Amino acid sequence: MPRLLGVDIPNDRPTVISLTYLYGVGPQTARELCHKAGVDPQAKARDLHEDEVARLAALLDKDYTVEGQLRRQVAQNISRLRDIGCYRGIRHRRGLPVRGQRTRTNARTRKGPKKTVAGKKGVKDLR
Amino acid sequence: MGRSLKKGPFVNPKLFEKVDRLTNRGIKEPIKTWARACTIVPEFVGHTFMVHNGKLHIKVFVTEDMVGHKLGEFAPTRTFRGHGGKGGKK
Repeated sequence: MPRLLGVDIPNDRPTVISLTYLYGVGPQTARELCHKAGVDPQAKARDLHEDEVARLAALLDKDYTVEGQLRRQVAQNISRLRDIGCYRGIRHRRGLPVRGQRTRTNARTRKGPKKTVAGKKGVKDLR
Repeated sequence: MGRSLKKGPFVNPKLFEKVDRLTNRGIKEPIKTWARACTIVPEFVGHTFMVHNGKLHIKVFVTEDMVGHKLGEFAPTRTFRGHGGKGGKK
């Protein structure tokens, strides 16, 4: 299995697909990468030649923000919003949806598992 | 959706003028304003605004990081003090 950018070892799927296992590389970027590096997108990742892998790695390193660096960037953007105390920052702090979604129902992704409140209407129905 | 680039950011002309005047005179006093929709431009940095939240004016000190946001983003219009409390708990 080829190693790209240290830890990431995409498996034995077509190269385009394997590349999307990297954080920050989706189908679009993966196609772009294959094209630029002159690698057959449909070739299985395990069949990649050493210098093909090297070319991909060099490209990623040069022109793309991926993995740790991208994660850091995202975290930084959020912490900036938190620090300036704007509305979006407050929503991040409270763990509520940031982009104006409803919170009366749903919003479970941000709020986490349901916390049932005793005595509230509908509790009996849940059992 | 974002705003048309052609128009540029919305800045309340009256407020901008006022900031300009204060900067020229070198004073930095809180500016009372209702212009929540006004974008914060670099000229505003270092000034203090009293942004109306529908009820009272919230003090907002503008820093460099706030440029590009709107004044209203820093004066929350809703108060949520949490559910439950005395009645809810035993």
